[in-house]
This record gives sequence, C-alpha cells and structure tokens, in this order.
Amino acid sequence: MAATARRKLLLMGRSGSGKSSMRSIIFSNYSAFDTRRLGATIDVEHQNLRFLGNLTLNLWDCGGQDAYMDNYFSSQRDNIFQMVEALIFVFDVESKELRKDIETFVLCLRNLYEFSPGARIFALVHKMDLVVVEKRQDVYKALMHSLEDTSAMFSFKVQGFATTIWDESLYKAWSNIVCSLIPNVGIFQKHLQSFADISEVDEVILFEKTSFLVISHVTGNRSPGFKSDSTRFEKISNIIKQFKQSCNKLRSQFQSLSLRGSDCSAYIDSMTASTMIMVVMANRAVPDDGTNGDDAVDGSSAVNLLADQDPFSGEAENNIILANIKIARKMFEKIENLSLE
Amino acid sequence: MTDDHGPLTEGYDRTPQHSSHHIPKIMMMGLRRCGKSSICQVMFHNMPPLDTLYIESTSSPSTTVFSSFIDFAVVELPGQTNAVDPGNEELERLFTESGALIYVIDSQDEYINSLSNLHSIITRAVEVNPKINIEVFIHKVDGLSEDFRLDAQRDITQRVTDELLDDGLLNVPLSFHLTSIFDHSVYEAFSRVVQKQIPQLATLENLLNVVCQHSGIEKAFLFDIKSKIFVATDSSPMDVATYEICTDFIDITVDMDSLYTIDHSQTPALKAADTAFGNELDGTDPTFNKSKPIGSTTRLNNGLILYLQQMVKGLALVCLMRKESMPKIALVEYNIEFFRNALEQLRLLTV
Ligand SMILES: Nc1nc2c(ncn2[C@@H]2O[C@H](COP(=O)(O)OP(=O)(O)OP(=O)(O)O)[C@@H](O)[C@H]2O)c(=O)[nH]1
Ligand SMILES: Nc1nc2c(ncn2[C@@H]2O[C@H](COP(=O)(O)OP(=O)(O)OP(=O)(O)O)[C@@H](O)[C@H]2O)c(=O)[nH]1
Ligand SMILES: [Mg+2]
Ligand SMILES: [Mg+2]
Repeated sequence: MAATARRKLLLMGRSGSGKSSMRSIIFSNYSAFDTRRLGATIDVEHQNLRFLGNLTLNLWDCGGQDAYMDNYFSSQRDNIFQMVEALIFVFDVESKELRKDIETFVLCLRNLYEFSPGARIFALVHKMDLVVVEKRQDVYKALMHSLEDTSAMFSFKVQGFATTIWDESLYKAWSNIVCSLIPNVGIFQKHLQSFADISEVDEVILFEKTSFLVISHVTGNRSPGFKSDSTRFEKISNIIKQFKQSCNKLRSQFQSLSLRGSDCSAYIDSMTASTMIMVVMANRAVPDDGTNGDDAVDGSSAVNLLADQDPFSGEAENNIILANIKIARKMFEKIENLSLE
Repeated sequence: MTDDHGPLTEGYDRTPQHSSHHIPKIMMMGLRRCGKSSICQVMFHNMPPLDTLYIESTSSPSTTVFSSFIDFAVVELPGQTNAVDPGNEELERLFTESGALIYVIDSQDEYINSLSNLHSIITRAVEVNPKINIEVFIHKVDGLSEDFRLDAQRDITQRVTDELLDDGLLNVPLSFHLTSIFDHSVYEAFSRVVQKQIPQLATLENLLNVVCQHSGIEKAFLFDIKSKIFVATDSSPMDVATYEICTDFIDITVDMDSLYTIDHSQTPALKAADTAFGNELDGTDPTFNKSKPIGSTTRLNNGLILYLQQMVKGLALVCLMRKESMPKIALVEYNIEFFRNALEQLRLLTV
C-alpha cells in the first residue's frame, strides 16, 4: 500500500455559523434543507475522509459554544492547534458580535503562529443569502479588509470566500481549500492538459467522486466564439451533487451523464476509483458549402451534413472520447496511487 | 412556419394583453393565504418555495399565460369569502370561459370555512358551466403526518360530496389532490388538471404506449420543460419517485446546457448557416441563439437509464429504460423521432 498523507483541517467559528452544515453538504451528501436538523456540535467532532487514493482529510469540526471555545484556547490548546494544515474560520454574516468573532479569529492565529506556523488560513464569510444582493460585495470586502491586516501581523496570508449553503459558492470555497492540500495536484493538471491536447476537446474537468469538488481543469480555447459561464466549475459540482441525491432517493447511484446540448456536447464518467471526468466539446459549425470548410475532407463533411439533420448524432464523437478516457484511466490511476511522503 | 427547434423554454406572460381572451382558462380560487399565488409562482415563475413567505396578498385577478403543447391562462382570484355574490357577472363569465376551477384549501388551518365557501362556488360554477372540472387542492400537506393527510382527504371528500348530494348535484366533475409546494405533489396535481384540458390526450397516450412497447422503454413522460407539468404519460403504472427523478433530470440537463454557449456573431460561417435554415433567431440574446434541440442520457448503477430528448416547442420526452435496452438505442431514437413527427402534426391540427 502506498503511504498516505494526512491533512488536519480545523473548522472554527461561533456556534450556529454553519460549520457542521457545510461539512455535511460537501462530504456527507446532505442537502441544504437537511442541515436544519443538525444540533450544536458537542466539543470536537472528528471526520476522517479518504480523498483521492492516498490523501486523508482529517476534519476537526470544533463546536462553537463558549464553554468549548474557552477550552480550545486553554487546556486543549496544544492538542487543537498542533499539526494543522489549514484553518477554516467561518464568520456568520448575521452575527451580532462581529468584534468578538474577530477576536476569536485572532486567538486562533496567535495559537497557530506558535504551534503550526505553516498553516493555510481561510476565512469564509458565510450565510451570504441573508444579505441583500447589492450589499454582499461590500459586507464581504469590509470584513476581509480587517482580517487581512490582523493576519499579516502573524505573517499569515488569509484567503477569503463569500459563501452560502443555498448556492454553488460553497463548492468554490471548498474546492480551493482542498486543492491547496493535495500534494500531487500539479501532476493531475499536467496529465489533464495532455489529455485535452490529444483529444482536441474544449474543456476537461476532473472531480473528486464523493464530494464532487473540482480538482483540476483545462480549457482548450479551440472553438472560436465558444463561451462559458465563469462560475461553471462550482455550478457543475452543485448541479451534479444534487442529482446524486435524487439518484440516492431511488436507492441507486449516479454513474454517467451524456449531454447533447444546443451548443456543446458534454460527457461525465468515472475516471478512477475516486475521480470523475467531464469532457466538453463545442458543436462544430457546419460549413454551408464545401469551399469554406477549413480542412474538411469530402467524406467527413458528408457525415457532418447528416449529423446536422439527425439530432441524435454525435455518437461517433462520443465513442472517440470514451476511448480516450479509457486510455487515460490507467495513467490517472497511477497518479492517484503515487506514494506520498 | 413552426418553431420546432425554437428556444428551449417558452416564456410565460403575466400580462393579460397576450390576447388571453381566446385561450382556455384555469381558475384558481380559495380563501386568503391558502397558497394560490405561491403555487403559481413556484410552478410558472421558478420561485424557490421558501421565498413564497414574502408574497403579498393578491388584490385583483392576476393572469399567467402558459404556453406549451396547448396554450392556457391561469387566472388567480383574490381570496375572499363572499366571492359568489349574485350578479357577479365578471365571475360568471370566467366560469363559462374556464375548463377547470382549482380550489385551494389550507390543510394546516381549520378548513370548515373554506368548505362552505367551496360549496357555494361549486353550486354557482356548475350552474353556469356544467362541464367545468372542479379540482380541489388540499394544500400545505407538508405540515401533516402521512396518516393525517389521508384522514383529511377522506374527511374533505366526504363532506363536499355529501353536501352536493343534499343539493341534488350528482354529476359534478370533482377531483381531490394532496399538494404542497415543498415537494413534487403540486406538479403532479397540476399536471393532472392540465391533462384534462388537452383534447388530444388519448392520442398522445396511445402514441407513448406504442413508443414504449416497441423500444423497451419502461416509462415515458412528455414534459413541459419550464413548468415540469407532464402533458401525457404512457399507461404503465407511475410512482412519484420516477416522476421526481425525471423532473430533476430535466433540471440538470437545462442547467448544464446553459453553462456553455457559442457566440454566433463570432462565427460567420454558422451565422450564414442559421439564416439559410430560416430560423427566426435575431441574435440579440445569445442564450436564444440556440438552434439544436437538446438531449441527454444518464446511467445509474442499478442498470436504470434516463433518456431525454427535446421535442417541439418547450416539450421534452423523458424515458426510463433498463441498460438491456441500450443495444437497441438506434431503434429507440428512431421511434422517438417518429413520436416527434406525430407530435408536430398533432400540434398543427390544433392551431
Ligand atoms: N440562511 C443560512 N443558514 C445557514 C447557512 N449555513 C448554515 N445555516 C443554518 O445555520 C444553522 C446552524 O448551523 P450548524 O452547521 O449547526 O452550525 P455550527 O457552526 O456547526 O454550530 P456549532 O456546532 O454550535 O458550533 C442550521 O440551521 C443551518 O441550516 C447559510 O448559508 N445560510
Ligand atoms: N407549509 C406550506 N406553506 C405554504 C404552501 N404554499 C403556500 N404556503 C404559504 O402560505 C402563505 C400564503 O401564500 P399565498 O400564496 O400568498 O396565498 P394566496 O392564496 O395567494 O393568498 P391571497 O392572495 O391573499 O388570496 C405564504 O406564507 C406561503 O409561504 C405549502 O405548500 N406549504
Ligand atoms: Mg456544529
Ligand atoms: Mg395571492
């Protein structure tokens, strides 16, 4: 067995700020609705997650009630703050005691400075759905501004996200957090790039299977005029995650999706034991006469003409992609199981 | 000229100008706060159910025009107890123009008051228009336990029919539905209401039966993409779980499709092709520059396959199959294409 890397993540923030909610949505298949059932966390809840073949995420969900908090900063201090790879501090935008929240944040930094100076710091300004749309940016910026100054005092750099469980913003934040902890994320990226080059596709995205967080993506810029939503990555995570829940209701599991879209074709399928891949291809423009097709051979333009009449075409293209995925699978399985120090 | 490959979802028009005089109507009545506006907003305007908390009370009749396989207008009347004062000509005209009257009862409230209100409305409505379908929505059942729901339905059905019998009204077309905006029940109920308004329903169902039998399809729904109303389904038994996964599948297909677009102004070759095919795309809104009907397929690990294909005018066929049918996919596609053609002709006959 390859050696596995363990990464300790601290989830901190006032009671009711939404720590357990986000953890349950991202890693335990809860819907946003389901989180209303969650009770306050007693002391610290540990969750060990196998993430990609050889990485274990060790989540410390620290209950935010005052009595527990006091312990974290006194008797449990070294236990809590040792060996931390990332602090995820959740701010509740509705909090009436923002000053106190910031003080707690500073206390965390002070302890990390002492016990885990290499830790990455993430601040989630959470429950953004409760702020009117026009004010969201201001609220977020104001808070981040004060956090950046205090973090700098302990020579930490804080990375911030505005989040809510009611849209895809949560996936963007967590994808960034988790990617910063994957040791071989660069190798994934490199091989995804060559996959995109060889298959001549417009986009390839790699997801972790259970959380559906984006691990890596490559955009081909191949088709002129092909445009994509700038928040598509987190949106796809959110869309597919919700569909996975629908499938679970039928006591079954999502396996693959093939979209014959109006402007693109997309294909989602398993890559390795713990990843899924999505491949996107723009629908090729059909030249209106033979002369201005860029390099279309006679035979291929005949196929294209047929394809234009038959809405169910694209099978052939799909089969090529399927074959390419099959070939790439072995490579990615190897990366996934690379031995880690 | 049919806009067979037109915009994926047809817009709904809330303003009554859209010559809503001539299209069939579905009325919605019920006491204040029973949930009429919420149902309309959730069904036809994509409002998230929780947001209905902030809907203001309706003060004058409001109309939503629904444009799908058939066109019809949903007319919501403000909630009031004395709706059927004699001589209310406006109301009588609505009764004659409407194919269905949805009466919404708040099941979380004392429903005695609404039952007497319902009784006077039914009496008046069938007097003016004996063919009007009375559809009772026993609404907000999300707040009731499973047992309690059935008790409420039994009790309400009993009281309403008893009272009508006392008045000697025997053959009122009357149906009861348990509904909530927090799950799929309101969509299913509304689908049943709409289906009764479609003259070609029997033909559609037969067509779907034929397609299913000859293609190894277990269940097929013809959906209105935007509202998730199903216009027709084949005659095999249906369960809510299947309906739910099909509507969710429509959602993800539409959502995924919207993430990537081709800006046609940057691809001159394609623009020329578009006009050559005579599509009425004006190029102002890139999302409407879509010309190809969409489709999607998903596989589940228990061997189930969902297959979606967009049909004419904002309609999609969603089929449930077993993976054993996949080798015959070409046949499935052929039969679905046959269904699409039949659908197009049916539609031509209606307009
Ligand atoms: N409106 C809104 N509510 C949220 C959001 N995230 C979580 N909540 C709600 O906030 C409540 C408390 O969430 P929890 O996740 O239990 O809070 P916690 O931070 O784990 O609290 P402790 O365990 O006591 O520290 C739940 O009812 C959630 O549904 C959000 O983004 N928006
Ligand atoms: N629990 C629950 N509440 C609902 C449901 N449908 C509507 N409501 C709530 O009922 C309240 C009143 O809804 P409206 O849609 O405004 O009722 P209305 O019938 O249009 O009222 P008027 O316009 O005053 O006649 C809102 O707070 C909705 O959130 C439901 O299915 N379940
Ligand atoms: Mg908690
Ligand atoms: Mg209303």
